[in-house]
Amino acid sequence: MQITNFMNKTSHSFEISPKKHLLYINFREYWRYRDLLFLLVKRDFVAAYKQTVLGPLWFFIQPIISSIIYSVVFNRVAKISTNEVPPYLFYLGSLTMWSFFSACFTSSSNLFTGGAALFGKVYFPRLIVPLAAIINNMIRFGMQFLLFIATYLYYMYYSTSNVALDISIYILLLPVLIILVSGIGLGLGIIVSSLTTKYRDLTNLVGFGIQLLLYASPVIYPVSQIPEDIPYLKEILALNPLTSILESFRLAFFETGSTMHWGGLLYTFVFMVVVFIIGLIAFNRTEKNFIDTV
Amino acid sequence: MSETIIEVENISKQYRIGNIGSGSLRNDLQRWWSMLRGKGDPFEKVGDENNRTITGGSEYVWALKDINFTVKRGEVVGIIGANGAGKSTLLKILAQITGPSTGKIKVNGRIASLLEVGTGFHPELTGRENVMLNGAILGMSKQEIRSKFDEIVEFSGCQRYIDTPVKRYSSGMRVRLAFAIAAHLEPEILIIDEVLAVGDKDFQQKAIGKMKDVTDNEGRTVLFVSHNMSSIKNLCTRGIVLENGNITLDGDVNEVIEKYLSLGSLSSKYQPVCTFPEDNNMEMQVRKLVLRDVEKGPRLMYSRQSQIQLDIEFDINKPGRDYYALVIVKDISGNQIYNTADDDTNQSQLVGLAQGKYQYSLNLYSASFKPGHYFTTVSFTSRAIKGAIDKKEDVFMFDIVDVDSYRGMKNKYRPMAVIAPEIEWKLNKLPVKTQHDD
Repeated sequence: MQITNFMNKTSHSFEISPKKHLLYINFREYWRYRDLLFLLVKRDFVAAYKQTVLGPLWFFIQPIISSIIYSVVFNRVAKISTNEVPPYLFYLGSLTMWSFFSACFTSSSNLFTGGAALFGKVYFPRLIVPLAAIINNMIRFGMQFLLFIATYLYYMYYSTSNVALDISIYILLLPVLIILVSGIGLGLGIIVSSLTTKYRDLTNLVGFGIQLLLYASPVIYPVSQIPEDIPYLKEILALNPLTSILESFRLAFFETGSTMHWGGLLYTFVFMVVVFIIGLIAFNRTEKNFIDTV
Repeated sequence: MSETIIEVENISKQYRIGNIGSGSLRNDLQRWWSMLRGKGDPFEKVGDENNRTITGGSEYVWALKDINFTVKRGEVVGIIGANGAGKSTLLKILAQITGPSTGKIKVNGRIASLLEVGTGFHPELTGRENVMLNGAILGMSKQEIRSKFDEIVEFSGCQRYIDTPVKRYSSGMRVRLAFAIAAHLEPEILIIDEVLAVGDKDFQQKAIGKMKDVTDNEGRTVLFVSHNMSSIKNLCTRGIVLENGNITLDGDVNEVIEKYLSLGSLSSKYQPVCTFPEDNNMEMQVRKLVLRDVEKGPRLMYSRQSQIQLDIEFDINKPGRDYYALVIVKDISGNQIYNTADDDTNQSQLVGLAQGKYQYSLNLYSASFKPGHYFTTVSFTSRAIKGAIDKKEDVFMFDIVDVDSYRGMKNKYRPMAVIAPEIEWKLNKLPVKTQHDD
């Protein structure tokens, strides 16, 4: 009798069971919670600058100051060449892209441990939280990108020196680059986050790992500046999926002398897909019971 | 109306106790290896019953073991049980916060869970923003919240502060606002974990009223966990008793509560009747202790109206000493509520007693006790020696439960108070004074 009663299922009927299919995403459920996604985005955006005087201006202050410091330290002191590109503009562009990646990665890697207080009390599809963080990072990236464009135009029209600025057709790749960065950031972040629910060692690794990755990616130097006499260094750098993203981004705006490297971009895409699938499996394995161990 | 809305099948939940550290990596590797060879999870076969008082051999315990029940649409189920019986684990599984280790649950409707009020409140956001956010976290759509917004704010009584950041709210206001949101949820199934005991008097009345509305009129299915028997009795139609991860009673709420009180905790180490083997080497000896309800017989749970009687059977083996008896009642923190000796008012009746078997019967005073756990100690000694001759320390743990009173329903036992007497408040209307009376 009970079984027949279950036949007239409503759209909300579901089953709670010990395990979940490893590649399962309940899109219907995420769609149902879309309002929460946007409210979380709004919350993070609003809450970050409540009770501050400068408010959203902080979006710009950070990259401006970082770029000045980087220009002084890496270009003037360490004499790392940025080819013909004005160092300040070079760093502003690279850092905008880099901090987008690093924000996507860190916020996702904090998913389970950071959200434990909330997740322990109420259920909603968990991936809403990192998705909201990524949308937030995209907004932040968008604003910083506008700053970059403004600075770029300034250099283009007012700078007296001979600068290698040229907007190329590759600017159309920008949306692809954004998706690649957020996909890799989310995927890697979730893998780390799933592992940290049991093994806290990784939280220590994330902080300084991301710092080391900054140097292992062509953020403060263009790939063309890698000395040829160190064997395999360029090849090793090419293994970093961020390399082709950063190079393509700069190629869209600067005349760096290098050419578009499609193979690298394809590698990055495959990397993203693999990381994303591993991330999804890790997430589905962890999601149900992480609250018991976190 | 008898459509099944929740069907729980063989739900078990295993927890690992102790520290999760390097050992867990080794167990994980062992687990993977055995899964790879297709042998199944080796740790699913081990595990002790979840009983805090027994030291088990295994690192794994079962918080819930093979739970089966079904809930029909419109039922209001109260889940009763001592601390650690598995109530919260069951709710957490139903609320999808944690997964079961085995078994499955079929749910035929939208579930909203209220395991805490104000989950996800952000201190920097205003009341208005938090209502939207909290509603969405609990599963409401933006539209739903907007349409109920005014009602929610009015129910909370926080109109004036609705555009102030929540961090400046008093804790009471925060709770009111949070409960107001929760009370306006409209899921088919509502899961509640003791959140009624919040706010001040007026608000509690409002909250209880709202809860009754929801369950009586709107035909919502509710699962409700509480230590508070009177709110369960008031709100629920069906009771389920959990003990050490098993369902021990299930049925009509009044019958279940009555049975639960009479049985006490089935697996508790405390029993209402204790006997002790004879030992002739002792000068005198306690042989049997019985704690009983004067009307209903031996038990360890009492309502506030019960008359509790303590029977002490004892042997005197060596007559002629000035023995006296002492009974101590302590609360759960070990504070002595009172002690009473048989020579408090007169000389002890034991003085000069001949060898033989005797029984003391006394009524334990408990009328003003707050609901809670109490310990009883029985001791015999003599003025001539130091210490006790025979002492049964904390031999009974009995519970006082408020089932019936209005006060119990609203959980108005203010924690600072030591006792909770029922005092009659007599209201007299005074004659209106006129100018001439001055």
